[in-house]
Amino acid sequence: MALYSDKVFEHFRNPRNVGIIENPDGVGEVGNTVCGDIMKMYLKIDDDVISDVKFETFGCGSAIASSSMATELIKGKPLAEAMELTNKAVAEALDGLPDYKMHCSVLAEEAIQAALIDYYTKKGLEMPEELKKAAARAAAHEE
Amino acid sequence: MLKTPKKKMYIYADNAATTKMSPSAIAAMVVTANEVWGNPSSLYTTGQKAKEALEQARKNVAQIIGAQPREVYFTSGGSEADNQALRSAAAIGAKKGKKHIISTAFEHHAILHTLKALEKEGFEVTLLPVHAEGIVRPEELAAAIRPDTCLVSIMTANNEIGTIQPIRELGAICREKGVLFHTDAVQAVGHLPINVAEDNIDMLSASAHKFHGPKGVGFLYVKKGIPLTNLIEGGAQERGKRAGTENVPGIIAMVTALKDAEAARETTAARLTVLRDRLIAELSRIPPSALNGDPVRRLPSNVNFCFEGIEGESLLLLLDDLGISASSGSACTSGSLDPSHVLLAIGRVHDVAHGSLRLSLGDDATEEQVDYIAAQVAQVVEHLRGFSPVWRDLKEGKRQFIL
Repeated sequence: MALYSDKVFEHFRNPRNVGIIENPDGVGEVGNTVCGDIMKMYLKIDDDVISDVKFETFGCGSAIASSSMATELIKGKPLAEAMELTNKAVAEALDGLPDYKMHCSVLAEEAIQAALIDYYTKKGLEMPEELKKAAARAAAHEE
Repeated sequence: MLKTPKKKMYIYADNAATTKMSPSAIAAMVVTANEVWGNPSSLYTTGQKAKEALEQARKNVAQIIGAQPREVYFTSGGSEADNQALRSAAAIGAKKGKKHIISTAFEHHAILHTLKALEKEGFEVTLLPVHAEGIVRPEELAAAIRPDTCLVSIMTANNEIGTIQPIRELGAICREKGVLFHTDAVQAVGHLPINVAEDNIDMLSASAHKFHGPKGVGFLYVKKGIPLTNLIEGGAQERGKRAGTENVPGIIAMVTALKDAEAARETTAARLTVLRDRLIAELSRIPPSALNGDPVRRLPSNVNFCFEGIEGESLLLLLDDLGISASSGSACTSGSLDPSHVLLAIGRVHDVAHGSLRLSLGDDATEEQVDYIAAQVAQVVEHLRGFSPVWRDLKEGKRQFIL
């Protein structure tokens, strides 16, 4: 049995949407160097649609693949859909992750939520309920 | 993206994890399995032939490490030998009311986990620091020994960073204070000169697959007069101290590999030292990076680096794509959240310990291989730093460089 699925390897070797967006509408960074994974997501949003997304990741193969897959899953999607992206959906799209690597997909979900929270905050817009909950969870996590 | 090398090479650079069996060891194993397959405990000729081969093997091991044949016990490998050595010394200590054990912070888990278990059974454990250079200081050992110390266990060479401990000096301190001295020499046997008598060693663990022998075989040297505690009960094998029909083909193959390793040891070490130092010099040209452990007092095959701004597992996987097998002390490669306890013990913080790379060269390593490794590591590190948010922050001054 291989360490990861072919899809994880494929996204790890050829990550999509790598890089940064200058003057992004939303940016979110999650994780820390102590645990060994950091993900940063940059969003460009036009008419409530994710018109562009880029990522930077410090982490293992599955962290890089999860970031890459997550960007693919939200690119060109309406905000409402993007904020509903779950870690499970990311893991499933990668044909699964080993149990002890599931947290990589959680980081991808959280990185996107963090970028969306940043977008709503910067715009001074009222956050949808899902994001408010995510923001509360992230704040609790910080403490 | 990564450039495909003009000439792709395949290099196994994880010889500290395991080595490939030598052709002579494989041949010895096959011949023994075919021709010396009897049970050494049986009285008829077929069994006695196996017994003779086994005892000849014991003599050979004893001769190589400077012991008496009756002081060599065959085991299933280094972990079993470590467990039995510690359990035995602890039992001897407990009988005398001595329940203090000294070891180091960067031992193999076969030692550290056994010590944890002994702590639960009422023993007190002191782990000596190994400092930035990854070497125990003899004066700190001398100061740590107490009247109730029953055992000192310090590895000969570290499995991750390859640093070599001053075993003879440490052993002399233990002798002087009347404390048993065990060394986990799994990374050292077949690679470094070892003489248990001259080096003041009371117990020593070794494993065949680290010197081109088979997996699942090793030995424990125990100085005459030290009573062993059984881990496995059920037979009179190994002087009654390790039950189970002996793995004769494995033992014969181990001894064949050990004899070969010993015969070539000095020339191999001299050759590898030059290549190791070349690789260290090359990898130093990928800053910010740092060699882990003392640059001189280390195994001739071992190179261990931390690269800032990247994570080790992704480094390993991409190196594998480029034909290089290596290992890392990153948490992601261990299935736990913490990076290598060895790197933490020499003072590396989590941030950089995650970006570590261990290369352990094979006996047949060449200059061409070393240069290929250095070039590919440089390429992969640059690629990963290219989309690392940590690296961006370091470059932009938002985060302080550690290395």
